[in-house]
Amino acid sequence: MKTPYSHTKATLALAKASFRSIMRSPSAVVFTLAFPLIFILVFGFLGGGGTKLDIALAPGSDMENPVIVALEKTGLVRITKDDNLDNINKDLEKGNYDALISVEKNPNGVPAYFTNVKYTSASLDKGNILKSILNEISFNLNTQNLKPTVTEIRATTVSGRLYRTIDFILPGQLGFSLLSTGVFGTAFVFFSLRQNLVIKRFFATPVKRSSIVIGEGIARIGFALLGALFIILIGHFFFKFTLIHGATTVLNMLVLATMGVIVFMGFGFVVSGIAKSESTIPPISNIITLPQFLLSGTFFSIDAFPSWLQPISRALPLTYLNDAMRKVAFEGAGLWDVKHQMLIMLLWGIGIYAVAVKTFKWE
Amino acid sequence: MEKRNVIISVKDLVKNYDDFKAVQGLNFEVYENEIFGLLGPNGAGKTTTLEIIETLRQKTSGEVIVDGFSIDKDPNAIKRIIGVQLQAAGYYPNLNLIELLELFSGLYGVSVNPMEMLAKVNLQDKAKAKYKALSGGQKQRFSIATTLINSPKIIFLDEPTTGLDPQARRNLWDLITDIRSQGTTVVITTHYMDEAEQLCDRVAFVERGQIIALDTPDQLIDNLIASGFERKKEVKKANLEDVFINLTGQEWRED
Repeated sequence: MKTPYSHTKATLALAKASFRSIMRSPSAVVFTLAFPLIFILVFGFLGGGGTKLDIALAPGSDMENPVIVALEKTGLVRITKDDNLDNINKDLEKGNYDALISVEKNPNGVPAYFTNVKYTSASLDKGNILKSILNEISFNLNTQNLKPTVTEIRATTVSGRLYRTIDFILPGQLGFSLLSTGVFGTAFVFFSLRQNLVIKRFFATPVKRSSIVIGEGIARIGFALLGALFIILIGHFFFKFTLIHGATTVLNMLVLATMGVIVFMGFGFVVSGIAKSESTIPPISNIITLPQFLLSGTFFSIDAFPSWLQPISRALPLTYLNDAMRKVAFEGAGLWDVKHQMLIMLLWGIGIYAVAVKTFKWE
Repeated sequence: MEKRNVIISVKDLVKNYDDFKAVQGLNFEVYENEIFGLLGPNGAGKTTTLEIIETLRQKTSGEVIVDGFSIDKDPNAIKRIIGVQLQAAGYYPNLNLIELLELFSGLYGVSVNPMEMLAKVNLQDKAKAKYKALSGGQKQRFSIATTLINSPKIIFLDEPTTGLDPQARRNLWDLITDIRSQGTTVVITTHYMDEAEQLCDRVAFVERGQIIALDTPDQLIDNLIASGFERKKEVKKANLEDVFINLTGQEWRED
């Protein structure tokens, strides 16, 4: 009498509706994109610069000297040339300047210049760095025309990949983004669909329950992957996030992201089932997300934690997602190389969905 | 009314919740193309009965046949030929009316033009609005639009006019009468007797999970009068609602 009913079409219609809804939900966008991006921005700018020494050049110094030129060449110092002595001394005491340098031409000829350095006890560690920089510069300048008598040090450096802060922070933030969209998003959506009888109205149509779950899943995974891609690309192009094999690495990361968000959605289903009211969702979700956020190596390496805390960290699924992401992105590992991490996520997935099937409520 | 083809038949329907007997052996039939009213106080079992016929709730025992399909064997075939408006149902958040109708056409597996559906309930100018932003009457009309997507043979309306102002109520009556005139059977629940009297071809009174009367409104009134009943107050030629409509205007207001 009618065309056969298509469950695929129904599933896709749901996915489309859900995706539209997620894109318009401020909380989803904030948790998935804005928060991780803010953290990435902060750490991206913090970590990019490395250590810089603030040095004041004493007024009246000779500017035509090789010492200052050599110092500037190192790229490690920031030299202020036009400050007055009063200010300089005050700032030295506060540690705003790490040192004061004055260079005088030697009227007697040899050596050509005297370099006077005033360090400050407010910034001893940087003073020490400056000391060794100056030693090296003076050695180089002094030995320019000499053959070494005892030994010549021939140092080479293996050219390795520069491990930036962003290489650590970005995968962690990505994990956090997936965790929050998976847990909070899923929990809120299913709770409110159930509470507002949206699902009941769906049941009055020929749609299957599995279509509702799968459609919602497709939308959420799609949204999470879009967010992940956005974060990866911003990180790569603006903060030089390392993607060793380019697009392949991105693809591998997205595969991991998919796996992660599916596992985390399981937590979301459980939360939506056990929450008694809308206001109990955030606390329950936070109990799940916050420990992982702090303990799973999102901001700090797990190795930095006290040894009694590490086993807890090593039990959390986000730890393994973060770990796998970093290996794939920075070390160029393939998916097979992170099978251990994926296996543990899979075990978490099986466990949490077993619980979800028991606790999930349709009505 | 002439042919009296039975489209819904309910026999000995029973529904128990734990130790509460919500429906205790209901029997009734709904004829094709009539407006059938289920009347009764809150908790009488109207909604439960409706939801069992709509395949949304499991019955404890009894038999329900909808257009030849049994609710036990063919719930999905039934879902495809009915339209359901739930009491106080919500819709998917953050979507506008067009998008909601697209979603429902996907769920029903039919292709409809959302604007045409909105035109049927006179909501074209709200096409881009969110469901939450609609007034009470508009919400009900939109709900009815979603019930019409699959060109159903029967639509179920659960208290569609509760909470509406008199204009919106009358407007909805017109819409329901209109839908019936297209050949659709309508099953409706309501608390308003004037509404049932105006709208319904036949009504069933439900009380404590049982049907205590079933007939045309006219006949039920005549029966009561025949039993010697008389209103205490002399009936005037108009009532307060007529005054309200007369003072505030007949036409439907958007908000």
